[in-house]
Amino acid sequence: MTAPITRRDLIGTSAAAAALPMPSLADAPAPAAPAAPAVAALTINGQVHRVAIDQRTSLLDALREHIGLTGTKKGCDHGSCGACTVHVDNKRVLACLVLAHRVEGRAVTTIEGLAQGDTLHPMQAAFLAHDGYQCGYCTPGQIMSAVSLVEEGHTQSEAEIAEWMSGNLCRCGAYTNIRAAIQDAARAKRA
Amino acid sequence: MQEFSRLVPTTTQAAARAGAVPQASFIAGGTDLMQLWKNNVQAASLVVDLDRLDLRRISLDGPTLRIGALATMAEVAEHPDVKRRVPAASEALLAAASPQIRNMGTAGGNLLQRTRCGYFRDPGFACNKREPGSGCPAIAGENRELAILGGSGSCIATQPSDFPVPLVAADARVELHGADGQTRTVELEQLYRLPGDTPHIETVLRPGEVITAILVPDAPANRRATYVKVRDRQSYAYALASVAAGIELQGGVVRDVRLAAGGVGTRPWRLDASEATLRGQRLSPALIEQAAARATDGAQPHAKNAFKVTLLRNTVRRALQAVTA
Amino acid sequence: MYIGQGIVRQDGRLKVTGGARYAAEFDVPGCLHAVLVQSTIPAGAITGYDTAQAERMPGVVAIITHQNAGALNQHKAAQQTVTHPFLQDGRIVYNGQHVAVAVADTFERAEAAASAVRVRYAPSEAVTVMDESALSRAYKPKQFQNGEKSPDVSRGDEDAAFAGAPVRVEATYETPVEHHNPMEPHATIAMWRGDTVAVWTSTQGISGVQETLASAFGLPKESVTVVCPYVGGGFGCKGNTWPPATIAALAARHVGRPVKLVVTRPQMFTSNGYRPKTIQKIRLGAGRDGRLLSIRHDGFSQMSDPMLGEFSEPVGVVTQMAYSCRNVAVTHRVVPVNQGLPTYMRAPGESSGMFALESAMDEMAHALRMDPLAFRLANYAERDEQKDKPFASKGLRECYSRAADRFGWRQRNPTPGSMRDGRILVGWGMATSTYPTNRRPCHARIVVRSDGTVLVQSGVQDLGTGTYTIMAQCAADRLGVDIARVSAQLGDSRFPQGPVSGGSATAASVLPAIEAAADALLARLAALAALDPHFAQVPPADIRLDGFDLTAPGRRVPVLQVMARAGLHTVDAEGSSAPGDAYKAHSCHSFGAQFAEIRIDPDFGTIRVSRIVSCFEVGRLLNARTGRSQLLGGIVFGIGMALQEETLVDRATGRIVNSNIADYHVPVNADVPDIEVMTVDAPDLATGALGAKGAGELPMVGVAPAIANAVFHATGRRVRKLPIRVEDVLA
Repeated sequence: MTAPITRRDLIGTSAAAAALPMPSLADAPAPAAPAAPAVAALTINGQVHRVAIDQRTSLLDALREHIGLTGTKKGCDHGSCGACTVHVDNKRVLACLVLAHRVEGRAVTTIEGLAQGDTLHPMQAAFLAHDGYQCGYCTPGQIMSAVSLVEEGHTQSEAEIAEWMSGNLCRCGAYTNIRAAIQDAARAKRA
Repeated sequence: MQEFSRLVPTTTQAAARAGAVPQASFIAGGTDLMQLWKNNVQAASLVVDLDRLDLRRISLDGPTLRIGALATMAEVAEHPDVKRRVPAASEALLAAASPQIRNMGTAGGNLLQRTRCGYFRDPGFACNKREPGSGCPAIAGENRELAILGGSGSCIATQPSDFPVPLVAADARVELHGADGQTRTVELEQLYRLPGDTPHIETVLRPGEVITAILVPDAPANRRATYVKVRDRQSYAYALASVAAGIELQGGVVRDVRLAAGGVGTRPWRLDASEATLRGQRLSPALIEQAAARATDGAQPHAKNAFKVTLLRNTVRRALQAVTA
Repeated sequence: MYIGQGIVRQDGRLKVTGGARYAAEFDVPGCLHAVLVQSTIPAGAITGYDTAQAERMPGVVAIITHQNAGALNQHKAAQQTVTHPFLQDGRIVYNGQHVAVAVADTFERAEAAASAVRVRYAPSEAVTVMDESALSRAYKPKQFQNGEKSPDVSRGDEDAAFAGAPVRVEATYETPVEHHNPMEPHATIAMWRGDTVAVWTSTQGISGVQETLASAFGLPKESVTVVCPYVGGGFGCKGNTWPPATIAALAARHVGRPVKLVVTRPQMFTSNGYRPKTIQKIRLGAGRDGRLLSIRHDGFSQMSDPMLGEFSEPVGVVTQMAYSCRNVAVTHRVVPVNQGLPTYMRAPGESSGMFALESAMDEMAHALRMDPLAFRLANYAERDEQKDKPFASKGLRECYSRAADRFGWRQRNPTPGSMRDGRILVGWGMATSTYPTNRRPCHARIVVRSDGTVLVQSGVQDLGTGTYTIMAQCAADRLGVDIARVSAQLGDSRFPQGPVSGGSATAASVLPAIEAAADALLARLAALAALDPHFAQVPPADIRLDGFDLTAPGRRVPVLQVMARAGLHTVDAEGSSAPGDAYKAHSCHSFGAQFAEIRIDPDFGTIRVSRIVSCFEVGRLLNARTGRSQLLGGIVFGIGMALQEETLVDRATGRIVNSNIADYHVPVNADVPDIEVMTVDAPDLATGALGAKGAGELPMVGVAPAIANAVFHATGRRVRKLPIRVEDVLA
């Protein structure tokens, strides 16, 4: 004996489940009447952006293609490179693996939200001083990750920093400079 | 990636009912699912979002450690009860993925991470797991990362997760909530099916069944345990071989021992023969050596992964040395 | 002097705030999204497409195939010629070849449509992998090093010398297919206005893109505008104009709207070249005194179907000049297989070739019971014996001694397996690095504006190497103005033309052009000043720029005042430069000595690099901060080459199995130890350009062989293929 699903059990549906066609994957046709894009209210850097996007749209594509915040980078789109690292509710996550609609009501911080006006965040300043980048494409992700790493307290040693920064690839190979920048910023924060 | 509708149920029962619909998929952390969708390896018409379910708590229930299925990998890894009761699980999680992914991935989801086999993850290849009956080019192909234990003529894909390895060693069970409203528990090791002729059916989960918790019994051998992982990179890489080892010694005699391996099997691989070699015996380097040798009983190496036979034995030896040191 | 100082990057602030805009990030109104469809067979012909389903999907604007794409002209590129733009016929010559492109209003919809396109094929036989059995297909490259050099070079009589040599070493070495994997994927936004097209594209060579697109669409060069202010890494794979850029422009023309095409990460493995697999056969003959008597280096490199173009990894070019030896023979052959067209990848030929040569040198030193460094010093080349020219400068001897001292090389126990740290095997290895100093024609412009700022412009690119910053440093120095006034602009085809950023040539090419432009600007300002009453009777030649004032004995007038009096808002001048006679009279190379310490866990076979000490002679280091970063970065790239990087190809289908950067490993932060780099200050004043030599590729050249040699030292096992992995050293 199972209870029927009531409307109260379900929130935030983009289409009525019962109306959905359920094709088998083998023939892989698209749904005959696919769900229309739905408006998501996303809180980014303290500002609410309302965008009409598909349910499948990643937070990364929402930021870059729908909202115009291109500081967050697409390197692999598969969670392997860390270039799209942002903060959701103050934790570092990969925007390419987040469905944008799922972060409605949460606080998203991107690289554009780090500086206070013209004053760089200390981590940004440290990357500048230590040349913690070359091409700059992984840099926003590195900095967002590094800011979290300091918050998490994983700065006890250079080896610990290296381990906890290993989710952010840098093909230019700026790793030693990145570690130096983080050590500096962490020291400044402790002081 | 196919477009879908998304439901956000607030009760496990509603989630299970919705998840039983054909072409429905649960999403928790989404770290693997998003990749599979983007690669068009999987598609869903209906996504059942588990975000609002109250399944995130980690708690002690007498002798049982209960890990809510939606606790993140990071939360589980850092939890004091996890570190005390099953430290190898914490170590395994911290050796897995990256800090960002550990903030997203969930305990339950990580158990269900699908294989990293490159043939499976690219629809441009044939793959019995993805398209039943299409063939397995990996067996005669690029099989370096694939399994030496538990494979079949249809599939030798490795279960890639670290977390279930120490859990299988610890005799963990998973608690499941079915679409019919019934709950049941299953031994974690038995959650996974061997590929046989049906590699596309990976678990014993029924349509709509939700993993609600991981239950870890208390045991001295679970508390005195470690996880050793060998990988190509120093960090952020899947295991070539890994071993979770737990032991209880009494006066130099092995009273209890739990061993499981990752990166080498089509599921997290309990090393029964090695355990049997050790149990009740007086611990010695020679005994450890014998136990290590039995780890590869039944191994079927392939052209490019034969090194895993030696590697697994060495990893068992090192894990035992570490946990008995 | 600003040159030499560690000036902070001009583009740094934009990069740390997310403000630097890369190709895919320009906001072009009405822009559609395009996603490529790629073949799933290695050889054959397309017999048809099923596009109806994709075309019906929401938001889809067009599915473009070779049947409706329209004809393009043959590519004619500034660099390596990529002769087939795709979507022109139904031939399939590799798995992952572009066969269609889907255009839709959002990326998500274009991707879904692309994956719904079905292609029907008539497959044919394919050879997908270059191995020993495929070497029978080898042929002599027709366009070796863009046709500038001969693939076969020799001096003396190698055969006879080897036959008579008392000590001989002969071995075969292999390097794998590697992919550049810059963090930024290739991306192009194309927008047509009538018969002109503008593209924002990620490239190492905007002029090449301009030429290629002009050629493909039958336009005058001026009708193509190319913009690329930032490149998210290139490492060679953005040196050519690859088909996706052309396809983006084609798609935009087809649908009559701007189109953005971003190559996905998996597609990056079949869209823009790769370092080809090489098989290298080396034999060395030496006397018991440690003098090399003969060197032979036969290189085979994997190639595509010749229809796509040609590239040969020039593994033996460096062999011709690396050491003093009378009898040397070098050959290069290419082996066509059903794979895409290979291309330059960081230190093409030098890194792969020196892995083989420097491993063989280590083998010979061992056979001679000589210290590897002493063996190299015994065969030190004082001049380029193949070109028979003096080196413009060569500070390698000092590099050897400084790096060896710093590393502690004297404490090395030569017996393999003798240096342990508990159960860990420790290995010490070394290798020589060298890379040619390349220089190409370049143009630049300097503009003084009435707001007191100075712009320095050239159509070059900054791949993260620091080009912006050294351009400003150079202009500020030559003009004698505060660098705070100067900003550099690049990456735009509307600026004076610059060369491709490849071969570590950008600095050496653009700085002399800037100097020429600065001199021309000073002359123009002086001429202007001579018309000013303050400088009445003063010949222009006596008027100087000092600070931001024009001066002559007893007179001083601000530049802006002179400009204002003449009614000018801007004054500008252009300059050009090209390699001169001095460059041609010398053999121009940078050099380095690299020492590596590795630690192997014998139970696991895991190899960790624990220390790298390198000393380089790169002429004058133009910017201490960015130059050091380049040197460090090259070493990290070398660590990847030595221990991690390999593209795996399924032999049956020719399809790449690890076409993603989770499974194609590149070094992560934890793989990289403390790296010490030192530089020998040896300005190469013969070739111009402030005495600078390139620094981008040199630092990776010796890393893989130094690590391989360290592996031998740690284990006694000689691993002759890259990457060196767990299974190669597992006890």
